[in-house]
Formats: sequence, structure tokens, C-alpha cells
Amino acid sequence: MNSQNPDAPVSEALSSTLAHQVLGRLDDAAGTRLADQQGPYFGQFGGRFVPEALVAALDELETEYRKALEDPQFRQELARLQREYTGRPSPLTEVPRFAQHAGGQRVFLKREDLNHTGSHKINNVLGQALLVKRMGKTRVIAETGAGQHGVATATAAALLDLECVVYMGEEDTRRQALNVARMRLLGATVVPVQIGSRTLKDAINEALRDWVANVETTHYLLGTVTGPHPFPEMVREFHRVIGEEAREQVLERVGRLPDVVAACVGGGSNALGIFNAFLDDPDVALYGFEAGGEGVDSGRHAARFSGGAPGVLHGARSYLLQDEDGQTLPSHSVSAGLDYPSVGPAHSWLHDLGRATYRPVTDDEAMEAFRLLCRTEGIIPAIESAHALAGAIQVGRELREAGETQKVIVVNLSGRGDKDVATAARWFDLLDAPADDTAGETAEGDR
Amino acid sequence: MIATSSTAARLSQLRDEGRPALVGYLPVGFPSVEASVEAVTAMVDAGVDVVELGVPYTDPVMDGPVIQQAAERALAAGARVADVFRVVEALRSHAPHVPVLVMSYWNPVLRHGVGMFARDLAAAGGAGLITPDLIPDEAAAWVAASDEHGLDRVFLVAPSSTTERLRLTANASRGFVYAASTMGVTGARSQVGAAAERLVADTREAGAEHVCVGLGVSDGEQAAQVGAFADGVIVGSALVRTLLDDAVPWVARLDTLQTVTADLAAGVARAHEES
Repeated sequence: MNSQNPDAPVSEALSSTLAHQVLGRLDDAAGTRLADQQGPYFGQFGGRFVPEALVAALDELETEYRKALEDPQFRQELARLQREYTGRPSPLTEVPRFAQHAGGQRVFLKREDLNHTGSHKINNVLGQALLVKRMGKTRVIAETGAGQHGVATATAAALLDLECVVYMGEEDTRRQALNVARMRLLGATVVPVQIGSRTLKDAINEALRDWVANVETTHYLLGTVTGPHPFPEMVREFHRVIGEEAREQVLERVGRLPDVVAACVGGGSNALGIFNAFLDDPDVALYGFEAGGEGVDSGRHAARFSGGAPGVLHGARSYLLQDEDGQTLPSHSVSAGLDYPSVGPAHSWLHDLGRATYRPVTDDEAMEAFRLLCRTEGIIPAIESAHALAGAIQVGRELREAGETQKVIVVNLSGRGDKDVATAARWFDLLDAPADDTAGETAEGDR
Repeated sequence: MIATSSTAARLSQLRDEGRPALVGYLPVGFPSVEASVEAVTAMVDAGVDVVELGVPYTDPVMDGPVIQQAAERALAAGARVADVFRVVEALRSHAPHVPVLVMSYWNPVLRHGVGMFARDLAAAGGAGLITPDLIPDEAAAWVAASDEHGLDRVFLVAPSSTTERLRLTANASRGFVYAASTMGVTGARSQVGAAAERLVADTREAGAEHVCVGLGVSDGEQAAQVGAFADGVIVGSALVRTLLDDAVPWVARLDTLQTVTADLAAGVARAHEES
């Protein structure tokens, strides 16, 4: 395997000889930009490992999605919604007080937390929901872990008059009771999934079963860059706006490209969305931070690249937490949105190419960065995004140790932390009230 | 077709005898490996013509609640992928004339090593593999390994499959083509869709020599209806269900399993009389 060593000094990544080599090799071979890679395969990853019953729907989806991308009317409608409904472009905020803790580099946040519904998820959801209307389907189903994607899907379904059913692990419905209520307010049906580990993975299984049975009227509005082709490519397309905006904004503000782009990686949609605009710029180092949970050695984590191996789950071949029999292993993270045993195939491809570096960030490190951003900048991030912040602190400090300061680091702040207040309150022991036995069940911190 | 298929031979033989085959599914390792051998043996003795042995898997997206529950309990009881080869061997020595197919989701096979899985399955006397989440488009490694070891590869078709995909699947399959009777997951249904009969005809038209129908068949009456137009009737959940209730003594559950199997066997036996 020729992947970049995650422990390699950051200066090495920054000098980007590796990235130059990777890109040089690819240019020679195919002449295709990494950013324009099309499915079904990303190197040896991706594909379509699905029941035959779904193939016709996936083919229809791919055809319709490719047509839509070429259709000025579709693009205009999506752009209008992004502008007038989501509130794009999202700002780029420099955070100098936070940056003092990150080795004295310059840190900018791409503010996806300021989007309508509070995260980047809405970008993909609006794109797919418009496709659903074009395909003439009337019902959407979705999976959700923390509830961010479920809320975004319920929102788009309300806006576009679609029936909406959201599958959510029973454990997660308890931990995220408020988001369940939000989805129901928006008119969605929330189905608690009571089989398997009762978390995100099982919600996806149940959504796939629903889809097989109802595929004629129903679209599976998958929430990340995983799943069978064309989902990994299509969801990236709907999120590429994040990186395109960030690239333009940072060029305007600092007059050059950033040195480092950092994002958290669960399924990997926010990371791919921001990475994509920089994939073919070899001088930009790309860092994905996955959930290290209680530490990779503890076995309680969602670090697919440090603790997994290539395998097939939910329709795609990618890095996967699995045992020696190929059974899926349970993942763990303080952040429900990163708590998934596999990862988008494009990330596995970028990992093996050495174009992006993936490192685990523990629960403790993420929560410390969470607290730091609150205190220094008055921004409460999602715990998912706090993993990227913790990673940026590490990278910034490593740069300073290598004698570098004033390097430009862009962090994708993929979501806001309102949903995480209960978890944080418990984590930092912030509640004055006597210990409430139910608090532990509504927070997601004890996963 | 490169290799000769014992499953296809068995289906042809039964066709000459004037009836379709009864294909019975049970998962390996439920409720334990030893007990699953007893259950499959009992099912064979009660009239199943072809056995489909399921490998329990953590994420069985093509299965309904009954088989999900059995798989979950098998895994909790410690079932391992390699156990399937032991059970195949046991069945082959008990009933050498009964072809034994294994049904597995793809990741356990991938993890075992596709070539290694084919080798171990062939060595145990298995007839081949049914792959519910592997389509021929992704199956190059499995096609090569199954050719090398002379194994059947049973791919699925569904009512949503286009003519082009029916051809692709019929060409890639050996043994038979598994026609999913309805759009959905495994589980007993009160009615098997009319789509099934058309799908069988279309799959034959696309070049398949044998087409068996699964999903939803739960009793002899349905088996007779489906058997009238298919080369085989595949039953899973209706059999697994007889074994789930821990409150009932194991021997009594085996009795019920045999009663249900016998009813299904009587159904396929009269399938061509009713048509």
C-alpha cells in the first residue's frame, strides 16, 4: 500500500512531494482530474454490491442525475434554493483567538453550520429531492444517526411535498429525542429500528429493505458519499459547492491557496465536498479526521483507516471495520455522525493514493476542541466538526514544531452544535440541577 | 457453461419425473452448529430436494425479520463462516443425492478470500453459491473461482430486471437462476405475485435453462401454484420460523419443521396436476 503515513511529519505532507507524485502519475495515466473522477469505481473501491432488484432504480437514478447536471433549468433551480433557502454561500470566518492554540497558524472556518437546518447535509438533500421530482417519485426514505440528515431530508420533503420516512436506530432515537421531534414537526414518519446494533448501520439496512420493496414509488435519499454507484459520485457533486466556495473565498482573502484543508470523516460527505476543489492542487495538504473514540487500541472507535480493512458494506467496497469472518464490527464515537463502520469509497481511494491523510481523533481530543471553539470564538460546533478542529490544532502545532507559522488552514465546520448541548453538558458537568437519570439517555455521549 | 452442475442435473431429473424441486433454506449455526445439522437433516428427510444453507451475517439486507432473527441468534451463539463447510460435509454424507448450495452475502466470502472460499466449498462437497448482494457485473473473481472449482453460481433476477439484465444474469448463472417472486425481502406472504410467472418465462426466454422461484412461499398450496411454472420452489422463512420459539422443546420444533416441509413437498409433487 502506498498510502501516506498518518504519523509522518506534517511538513512532509506540506512539501507535497507525495501529492505532486500522485498527481503526476495520474495525469500521465488518464489525464482525468481527481475532482472529476466518475463512478462506479474509485480505484479498487466503490461499485454496486446490491440485490439485483435495486439495479434498475440505480440505473434510472444515474441517468436522471447525469441529465439533470446538464440541464440549465435544474442547475438554476438548485442554485436558487441554495441561495434563497439554504443561505449560500456560507461565510468563511477567520478565527484568530482559536488559532493561537493551533501553533500560530491562520485558521479559517468554512461555515456550513450556518446553512438552513444547521449542517452541510442540506446541500445533498436539496439536489436529490429535486431529482426525485424529476423522476416522478412521491416518497423518500432516509437513514439517520444523530438526526442531521433525517432533519434535512424531512425539511426538503416538506418543501417539495414528498412523503418522508426516516429510519433511525432505536438507540439513536433515544439519544436524539429532540431531533426525532423535529422530524415529526416537519411531517416525517420516524421509524425506530429495533434489530442488530440499533444504530446507523441498522437504519441503513432497514432503509435498503424498504427501498427494495417500494422502489417504484420511492427514492432512497442516502445521506453521504457511501452506498452503491451512483451515490458516492452524485452526493459528492451536490457537496462540491463547499470546496468551490471555500477556494474562491480563501483566494480572495489571502491571495493564495490554503496550505491545509481539514475535515471530519464519517461517511465523508462534508470532507469530500471541501476536498474536491483542492484535489488537483498538489500544494494543498488534505487531512481527514475520523473518530478515534476511546482510542484505536481500545477497539471502541470508528477509525476505518487505522483499524479496518477493505470490504463490502451497504453496496460499496471500501475500508470497513470487520472481524476475520467479514462480519461488521460495531463502531464507537462520542459523535453519532461519525459512528459508522465504513467510509465513502472515494476516501479509500484518496487514502491509498496518498492524496489525503486520514488520522483518528479521540473523543477527549474532540471535546477539548469543542470547548475551545466555544470559549475563544463564540461558535458552538457540532461534535463531528470538533474532530476536524482537534485535527487542525494538531497539524498547526506540528507545523510550528517544524518552524512554520502563518500557514493557512481551512477547517470545514460541517455543522452547528445545538444538537450536542446535552452531550456537552454531561461531558463537562455543566448542569447545576441534581443528576437526572434520564439525561444519560438523551445524550449521545455514552456510545 | 464450462462445468457440469449437479444442481442442474437434479432439476432436470425431477423435471423428467414430472415435478419441480423443493429447495429448502436454513441458516448454519442456528441455534447452534450441531443443532443446525439436525435441522437440515430433518428437512432433507422430510422431502427437500435441494438444500440452501445460509451463512449468518450481521447485515442481511435481503432478509426479512424471521431470517434476520435467526442470523442474529446464530452469530450471538458463536457461528463462524468456516462452520458452513462442516455442515455441508455432514449433509453430503447423510444424503449424497441432495445438492447443497450455500447462500452468503458477499463480504464474508470476500474476507475468506474468493478463491479460498470456492476451494473450501468444493472440498466439502458443496454444489455452489447463491449470492443475494452480488450481481454478475461485480462477479469477475467469483466467476473465475467457481469455474476453477466446478461450482454453481446462482445469481438473482427480480421483477424490475430489464431484458438485457435477464440475459446477462442467465448467461452468468450456473445451476439455476433465482427469480425473486416479488419486489421485497424474504418472508412468508399470503400471495405470491403474478409477476413471478412472467419473470420465469422472461428469464427462460433470456436463456436460462432452470429457473427457481423464491420469496414469499409458505405452504403447500403456494408451492403447488409456483411449482406449476418454475423448476424449483425456494422456501426459507416458513421453515426457519418453525425453529425460532425457544419455549418449545427442540424435538417438537424439528417435528413442526418436518410437517411444514412435508406439506411443501406434497405441494411441489402435485404442482403439475393442478396446472
